[in-house]
Amino acid sequence: MHALLAIAGVLCLFPFYWTLVMATNTTSDIYRFPPKFTFGSQFDDNVHAVLRNVAFFQSMGNTAIVAVSTTALVLFFDSLAAFTFAKFRFPGRNALFVVLLATMLLPAQLGAVPQFQTMAAFGWVGSLKALIIPAAANAFGIFWLRQYFQNSIHDELVEAATLDGCGFLGIYRHVALPSARPALAFLGIFTFVGSWNDYFWPLIVLTNPDHLTLQVALSSLNRSHGVDYSMVMTGALMAMIPLIVVFTVFARQFIKGATEGAIRG
Amino acid sequence: MTLTATAPTRPARTAKPQRRRGVLSYWRFYLALSPFYLLFVVFGLYPVASTILLAFQKWDGLGPRKMVGLQNFGFLIQDSTFWLSLWNTVVLFVMSTAPTLVIAMTLAVMLHSAVRFKGIYRIAYFIPNITSLVAAAIFFAAVFSTNFGLINAGLRSLGLPTEDWLRQPWGIKIAISTMIVWQWAGYNTIIYLAGLQAIPTEQYEAAKVDGAGPFRTFFSITLPQLRPVVLFTVIMSTIGGLQTFTEPQVMVGNNGGTGQSGMTVVMYFYNQAFFNNDYGYAGAIALSIFMLVLLFTAINWKLLGGRGRQ
Repeated sequence: MHALLAIAGVLCLFPFYWTLVMATNTTSDIYRFPPKFTFGSQFDDNVHAVLRNVAFFQSMGNTAIVAVSTTALVLFFDSLAAFTFAKFRFPGRNALFVVLLATMLLPAQLGAVPQFQTMAAFGWVGSLKALIIPAAANAFGIFWLRQYFQNSIHDELVEAATLDGCGFLGIYRHVALPSARPALAFLGIFTFVGSWNDYFWPLIVLTNPDHLTLQVALSSLNRSHGVDYSMVMTGALMAMIPLIVVFTVFARQFIKGATEGAIRG
Repeated sequence: MTLTATAPTRPARTAKPQRRRGVLSYWRFYLALSPFYLLFVVFGLYPVASTILLAFQKWDGLGPRKMVGLQNFGFLIQDSTFWLSLWNTVVLFVMSTAPTLVIAMTLAVMLHSAVRFKGIYRIAYFIPNITSLVAAAIFFAAVFSTNFGLINAGLRSLGLPTEDWLRQPWGIKIAISTMIVWQWAGYNTIIYLAGLQAIPTEQYEAAKVDGAGPFRTFFSITLPQLRPVVLFTVIMSTIGGLQTFTEPQVMVGNNGGTGQSGMTVVMYFYNQAFFNNDYGYAGAIALSIFMLVLLFTAINWKLLGGRGRQ
């Protein structure tokens, strides 16, 4: 049984190892039979080849801008809305919340064409704004954080803060945010990873080859230089590194958060 | 606040102004909620409503829009490429989801009873899920490549005949499904594991006393208890599976590869909208994807008894 678990683990991690092997060898080393299974010394050359073929660092910069600003906006807007839903009563609260839940049923692709027209009307086609602004708040995050706020912040705490002269924003900042750290961490990583890996919408809306995100740049690298696997895999590796770092740092928190949603939902 | 101060001077009309004052004093809450709803109306509701309208129109993106009634849907029904893409999507969904969930359940049950290294396994199983689809698709295309891919190298070393995986209709589907299984089996394992940990141990002890074997125990205690969690994973897989786009698009290109056997419905939508500029027709395809997701979700819900004992 332990052997099976270990084999599954190896199979999960093998692509990362093999990517490293490909990225450190020449394509002809990989193409040999039997293929080379050990690391080579070609990594530098492969990196240079990637940099020659796509504006890698620019794409990575674009991706980082999109992922960081989307995450920051989502955390702010979602937590503000979730806190409001969780701890305050006001006319229309339930109706608004039902609308929020219903929005989660709409598949994103359904609106891709008109959304592109909207972006064109705003003059945002080809701009990173087209990726950031529509993603700046989402129903899933609000729903998820609301559950958390409801369970973790006692009403007495909110009342006490009010008596102490705290306003709405004060309570949000001094009571809600500090107590929601784990939930915010999960939503933050989840949003960052999703934004970093997004492909469908950037592929449509980023029309200018100078303003691609990493995923779109990577796919164009694959398309035009499909034969040079070493170089393409080096690009794939370079695009994955930031995510792997983020994931390994926050892995436990992230997995815990991801399962909580499934079990409670 | 100002309204509170003025209220006592007009005691005769307290009831009504007080109510209005109430709504006004909630402005902070509405303001706090407004970003989501504003964004949703502009970037969610409007595009979707507009797509529904588009499905009944003919439009090339430049000229005037023309109402054509059900004409787009009439084409859709006769369009063999649409049916092929639908077939491919469903086949890919079944070929990837069934193994994913079976593997996930097996691993979760084993992991549940394993004591050591649970944390490390969880991280190892989860990591494929956060990897970029594009990078993973490039990787799997390399592994399945004809002359030098790892799969063929393995076959050759065993003295078996090699295959043109990415140039064979079924080979393309195997490559795509393999990638989906790799990305999602671990995620579902972790979800099932969390579900397993929530089952009270007394039931297992009772089963043991009654002399039930491991299989009997699994099918009469574990699986029924996991029902809501299984439903969750099936629905998530359905929604994801019916929208498959990146894997085939990166692996075999926009046309879906040999015999268009990697062409999914979303890819077909993408091609009609952004290559053929046939926006009305694309709208009809988009609507059909939505209906399909609703239909499959409803079927799953019914089959697995979502309303059940929960």
